[in-house]
Amino acid sequence: MQWQDVWPPLLGGTLIGLSAAGLLVLTGKTAGISGIVDGILRGERGELGWKLAFALGLVVGGVVLAIAMPSALPVAAPRALPWVIAAGLLVGFGTRLGGGCTSGHGVCGIGRTSGRGFVGTCVFMAVAALTVLVLKGVEA
Amino acid sequence: MKIAIALICGIVFALGLGISGMTLPTVVLGFLDFFGDWNPALMFVMGPAVLIYLVAWRLRRGRKSPFGATLPAKAIHKQDARLYAGATLFGIGWGIAGVCPGPAVTNLARPSEFTLAFMAAMLVGIALSFLVKSRKSAAMNTA
Repeated sequence: MQWQDVWPPLLGGTLIGLSAAGLLVLTGKTAGISGIVDGILRGERGELGWKLAFALGLVVGGVVLAIAMPSALPVAAPRALPWVIAAGLLVGFGTRLGGGCTSGHGVCGIGRTSGRGFVGTCVFMAVAALTVLVLKGVEA
Repeated sequence: MKIAIALICGIVFALGLGISGMTLPTVVLGFLDFFGDWNPALMFVMGPAVLIYLVAWRLRRGRKSPFGATLPAKAIHKQDARLYAGATLFGIGWGIAGVCPGPAVTNLARPSEFTLAFMAAMLVGIALSFLVKSRKSAAMNTA
């Protein structure tokens, strides 16, 4: 990694922070993506409108990326399909059981100096790193 | 107005994910490979994001928002078995595919077997969580 590799993550993190903070300050809502998808799936009364709009915004932003910065979106799957499906099930179930994901616990939770957000983030980061380590060992 | 703000925030959020590299599983898995060929770039995503959010939270918590409800006044600190179990299962899934929910939605802009299958499985996983969660615990969600 070169020093100039630091700028895209810093810029991206700034945009993520501005988005989450803007939503909080202007609407009082929390930019937790797993909670947003959860609310859409349940048809959550009173919350459905802004949650659908935020999710749609994510896809629109993805389309902008696909046009302006095509290398930002993945072309190949990181693993075979059964692994991808298992991972999706675990991410969906786990984030809702634990009440948050990288955005909800990681950005909004830690940003509120929430003990819950901090602990949740430490646990999923550590477990994810361990999972990568184990899979590399198995595949080696 | 609230809807328009949410839409714009969603777009900005997705651009942030894409520019930072969070949308690419290879980059995420490289970041999570602490004990191997570690790519630390994503470490620099969380810093500014948390810092900006922290300032907004400190200045505005408990106050009225111009286009919506009053902001929450207090952060949630409760740590229970569900938090640990949920974060553990999420961590395993994140470590397998390198995709968390934000990138999963953003990546739908380039539909492929991978992005569609992950999203479909994630929705099934979320739906399965409804079976084990009561209404009361839904109020505990931080996100």
